[in-house]
Amino acid sequence: MHKGKGMKFVGDSRISADKKPNMPKDYSEYPGRTEAFWPNFLLKEWLVGAVFLIGFLCVTIAHPSPLEGMADPTNASYIPLPDWYFLFLYELLKYKFASGPYILFGILLIPGLAFGGLLLAPFLDKGPGRRPHQRPIAVGMMLLAVASVMWLTYESAEHVDWEARAEANKPVASVEIDKEAPGYKVFESNCMSCHGDSLQGGAAAPSLIGIDRSADEIMKIAQEGTGSMPPGVFKGTDKELKQLAEFIVSVNEEAK
Amino acid sequence: MLQKLYDWIDDRIDITPLWRDIADHEVPEHVNPAHHFSAFVYCFGGLTFFVTVIQILSGMFLTMYYVPDIENAWKSVYYLQTEVAHGQIVRGMHHWGASVVIVMIFLHTLRVFFQGAYKKPRELNWMVGVLLFFCMLGLGFTGYLLPWDNKAYFATQVGLEIAEQVPFIGEQIKILLAGDAHIVGAQTLTRFFAIHVFFLPAALFGLMAVHFLLIRKQGISGPL
Repeated sequence: MHKGKGMKFVGDSRISADKKPNMPKDYSEYPGRTEAFWPNFLLKEWLVGAVFLIGFLCVTIAHPSPLEGMADPTNASYIPLPDWYFLFLYELLKYKFASGPYILFGILLIPGLAFGGLLLAPFLDKGPGRRPHQRPIAVGMMLLAVASVMWLTYESAEHVDWEARAEANKPVASVEIDKEAPGYKVFESNCMSCHGDSLQGGAAAPSLIGIDRSADEIMKIAQEGTGSMPPGVFKGTDKELKQLAEFIVSVNEEAK
Repeated sequence: MLQKLYDWIDDRIDITPLWRDIADHEVPEHVNPAHHFSAFVYCFGGLTFFVTVIQILSGMFLTMYYVPDIENAWKSVYYLQTEVAHGQIVRGMHHWGASVVIVMIFLHTLRVFFQGAYKKPRELNWMVGVLLFFCMLGLGFTGYLLPWDNKAYFATQVGLEIAEQVPFIGEQIKILLAGDAHIVGAQTLTRFFAIHVFFLPAALFGLMAVHFLLIRKQGISGPL
C-alpha cells in the first residue's frame, strides 16, 4: 500500500486512486488439502444446501403446520403443553423436588445451573486438552445433561395422545347460519339449549358442524338419542323433523 | 457489462478489499466433508445459519398477512393457512423451521463442546453462541403465542405463571412480558409480537455478526 507523499485520491474523496487487483488468495502452500471458500467450497456447500432445502420443503408440504381453534380464555378444561423443545423444562416441574415448596429448584436453581454452566463452560473446563478423554468431568456432565433433557422430553411426550389432541382442538369452520330457515326454527325450540344457537355445541353437547351424517341418521338421533343424549328430545311433527334434518345437513354441506 | 458495472463502483468506493475480505478464507482439510466424510459435523453451524435465513424470509412474508390483534390474529393465520396461495407452505416453513433450527443449533453446540473447541482463545465466541441459543429459545417462546390458538394461549399463560414465581422480580418480569399482572390478552399479544419481530431479531443479528466476525478473525479450530 502506498503511504506518505504522492497519495492519489478519487476526486476530493478519501478513496485511493490506486487500483488493487481483484485476485483470490493463493492457498497452495497451506497445510493439507486446503480449499478456497470462494468459489470452490461455496459451490459444494450450495449443493448440500439445495438437497437440504428440498428435503425440508417435502416435510413442509407433507405435514401442514398445525393450527388449533381460536384461543378461548374461558376454556377451563384445556390442558396446556409448550412446544416440544420446552417439554423438558415443563416435565422437570412435575417432580416433587422441583415443585410446590421447592418450586425455585425447578424454575431457577436447576435450569440456572445447567444453562449457566453451559454459558461459562470455557471457564469451568480450563485444562489445555481438547480431546474428550482429557476432560472427563466436563464431558460427563454434558452427557448427563443431554441424557436428562432427552429423558424428560420423552417422559413428557409419551403420555400425550397427539392425534387425539389435534382432533379435539381442530378449528371449527365458521358458517353463516340462516336463522330465518324453517329448519332453524325447529332447531331453536328442540336442540338449541344444548347444541348452542349456532350449532357450535356446548358443555352438554358436541358441535353439529363438521359431522358426517345423512338426513335419515340425524332424524333417528333426534328421536332416539345417541351417546349421552337421551331419547325423546325432539318434540314435533314428522314434517318439522324432516326440515330440521335437512337444515343440519345443509349447514354441514356449506361448512365443507 | 457486469465487469464494467463492478469497475465503475470500484473506481468510486474501492470495494475490492472489502469483497476480498468476505470472499477469501481458507477451508482446511479437516472440516471439509469432501475429503473426510466425518467432517459433516462441521455443517451444523452452517445449516443453523441457513435455516435462520429461511426463518427470516418466511417470517417477512408471514407479516404481510398476520395481524397482531386478539380479534384478528387467529383469523389472519387461518386465512393464510386455508385461502392464500402457498400460504400453507410459507407458514409451514416458518413452523417447521423453528423446530429444525433448534435441532441444528443443539447439534452445533454439541459438536463444539465435545471437540473442546471453546477453549482458549475462543471463550468469547462460545459465550456469544450460547447467547444466540437463548435468543432462539426466546424466539420460539414468543412465536408460539402469535397464532393465538388454544395451545398458544394456554402455553403462554403457563410460561408467564412460571416467570411470576421468580423471587423479587417475578411480578415485574410478568408485567414486562404480558403488559398486565393478571390478564393474558391484547397487550400480551402485541408485546410478544414486538419481541418476536423486532427485539429478539435485532439481538440475534448483532450476536450473529459478532459470532461470524470472531470465527473469521480466529479461524476455525484445528483438528483434534
